[in-house]
Formats: sequence, structure tokens, C-alpha cells
Amino acid sequence: MAFLKRSPWILHYDASSCNGCDIEVLACLTPLYDVERFGIINTGNPKHADILMITGGINELNRAVVKNLYEQMPEPKVVVAIGICAATGGIFRECYNIAGGVDKVIPVDVYVPGCAARPEMIIDGVVKALGILEEKRAKMTGSAQAKEETRHAAEAGEST
Amino acid sequence: MNWLIGAVLFLILAPITGGLIAGIDRKITARMQGRVGPPLLQPFYDVGKLFEKERAVVTTAQNFYVLAYLIFIALSGALFFAGGDLLLIVFAFTLAHVFLVLGAYAVHSPYSHVGAGRELIQLMAYEPMIILAAVGFYMVSGSFYVADIVTTTVPAILYLPGVFLGFAVILTIKLRKSPFDISTSHHAHQEIVKGITTEFSGSTLAQVEIAHWYENVFLLGFVFLFFAWNPVIGIVAVAITYLAEIFVDNVTARARWQAALKSGWLAAILGIVNLAILSYMMLGGA
Repeated sequence: MAFLKRSPWILHYDASSCNGCDIEVLACLTPLYDVERFGIINTGNPKHADILMITGGINELNRAVVKNLYEQMPEPKVVVAIGICAATGGIFRECYNIAGGVDKVIPVDVYVPGCAARPEMIIDGVVKALGILEEKRAKMTGSAQAKEETRHAAEAGEST
Repeated sequence: MNWLIGAVLFLILAPITGGLIAGIDRKITARMQGRVGPPLLQPFYDVGKLFEKERAVVTTAQNFYVLAYLIFIALSGALFFAGGDLLLIVFAFTLAHVFLVLGAYAVHSPYSHVGAGRELIQLMAYEPMIILAAVGFYMVSGSFYVADIVTTTVPAILYLPGVFLGFAVILTIKLRKSPFDISTSHHAHQEIVKGITTEFSGSTLAQVEIAHWYENVFLLGFVFLFFAWNPVIGIVAVAITYLAEIFVDNVTARARWQAALKSGWLAAILGIVNLAILSYMMLGGA
């Protein structure tokens, strides 16, 4: 069953963004873009979330926070880095307090470029993340089954 | 046998009806806000999704309490649709919420505790009114049994307008709608994290959601009792009441918990005045 794709709940965290990307993220929830059409809800709770959307680069103070948020989210989960700062640190990357992009702390699945990332791009990124989320779910629920199948595939590969 | 059929039908159909009502609710809410809104079946997708998630549990006791919450909500609803004793139903209903509060207190999280405390305040706010409603039905129909209240030919709403209005006020609390959605809310997903449901995730949260569907169907059944002398009017009245609740939800901001408590008790006073006048009239008539 693919309920997960139809009901992705989002946790939005502002690492050290200038707020530009955050405004664009929130714009996705407004009547103009209305992401609730896709069942997307902006939760404020990592324990309810499926997709972690992070804006801004990682600094020394929020490194632990981001890690904690990520670890509190139940599997399957994906991370979407929004904006160039979340991808690489952007124009702040050489600041003394910036560690770099979000992938310095937690694994990132989708990068949404832009300064600021446009709402259309963000929605695109989330849709892309849904595919990865579904893959992860399939991997998680059918891990035993998948193992079996890969074993069969390997055997078939050997025989040919 | 009739009572058994009612109970079984409730247990099977209420989650479906409740989920559909939730879907319609979200759609209408979206339209009121100028949005397209999620698909009608969105609540089912959400709950299905929650069952697919990893079971991340902080304290195993919380799962037990939430399951007890679901069972007692289903039990009170089943008793109601079986035509059982209204007082027993009300007490089973209250007990269910006590389990939910215990579930939230079982976890050492300040957000969960704030939500649990507020749920208790809500319980205090609506409990008097819900019991008064039961008493009102007794005064009109001469029985606490739902089966007798439903078959009575007296239009209860004409005798109990105050009780009905009071019940509509606490219905806002019970449906977790603004301005009284203080312990947890369908809309504000970022306030006090998520109130009483903060620490519930995955299938536990799904159980809370299913219990809420059961609860909503039960409450709408309760509203129906006021109009039970004519089923058609009854169903229309239930629909209008629910639409009014959605409207109120969308045009009001959340009140403080003090206001929720005061409103609940003001509603109860309205109910008491109604019942006092009713008993005076009945004594005068006899």
C-alpha cells in the first residue's frame, strides 16, 4: 500500500537561514499553492513528520538540534535541503561559525537549489522526496522480502 | 437482538463514517479558506500512513493507555447505538478521556504534559453540560435509556432548547475545534508542538485518530437525540450543527483555557436554567 506518498507530513526547520527560503516554504501552504491538496501538512513535531525540510546552513549551535530532530523522526523519513545555503552553506559557507550544508550533519535526500528557492521548486523537491520516501518504505517493510528477492536475482545472475 | 445489531453496526461503520466526515470537514474548511483542499479520503490515507510508520515508543505504557482510550470510546459509542443507559455511556466516555490524559502523562515531555493538563481542563469544562443533557432527556422521555429516548414522540428540542445550545458549545470543545481546541488542534500544528498527541507517533497516533472518528459519530448521534421524533429533521439538524461547528472553527481564534472553562460552565448554567423552567412547567402541569 502506498499511503505514505499520499500523506507526507512535513517538519520545517530553519537552521541558519536568512528567512528568505522559510517565507517561500510557508508560501507553499497559502491558498495560492495549497500543498494540502497533496495531503501535505506542516507539523511542528518531529515524531509526526515524514519529511524534514531544512533551510539554511549548519552552524555550531544548531548542529546538535538538527541531529536530534532527525533522530526523533520515525522511519521511513527523508530530508529535503531547501536553498543554496542548506545545500552547501551558500554565501555564508566561509563564515567562521558555518559548518556547511545540511549534509555535514545528516544524510540529505533531495537538494532544492535557489536563493531563495521558489515555491514551485520546493513543491517539486517534495514530490521528488515522495518517490524516495516510498522506496525507503518498501525497503523497510519488505526488507526480508527484498533480501529474498535479491538472493533469487543473484542466483539467477549466477546461473546465466 | 436490535441492540446487538446497533452496537455491531456502530463498531464497523463508525470509523468509515467518521473518516468521511473528517474528510468532508477538511474539504469544507479548505474551501472556506479559499483553498482546494485535500482529497475526500485524506483522513484514511493519513491513518493508513501512520500504520506504515516505524513504531517509535518512548514509554510502552502510553500504547496501553491509548488502546484503552480507543476501546472505551468505542464501548461508549457502541452502548449508545445499542440503546443503553445514557449515564453509563457518559461515564464510559469520560473514562476514555482519562486514559488519553494518562497516556500523555506517561511520557516525560513538557509539551505532552501541557496538552494533558489542558485536556483535563476541557474535561472539567464539558462534563457538567453532558450530564445535564442526559438529565434533560430523562425529564422529557422519562428514561435514561437511549432506546426509549429515540422512540419517544415528544420533540425534545422544543423542551430543551437551552440544553441543546449548551451542548452545541461543548460540542466545539469535543470536536477539537476553535475557539476551544486548546489541548490539541486539527489546524495549528505548530503550537505547543501538538499538545496531548505530541509524544504519540505511528500506529499509536493512528489509534487516537480512529478513536476521534468514533467519538465524532457518537457525538453527532447525541445531537440526533434532540430531534429523534422525526429522523429526517434529525439528520438535517445534525448536518447543520456540524456545518455550523466548521464555520465557527474557521472564523474564531483559539481562546485561553480560562475562556474555555468559563464557556463550558456558562453552557451548563444555560442547561440548568432550561431544566429548572422545564421542571417548573411539568409540576405546574401535573
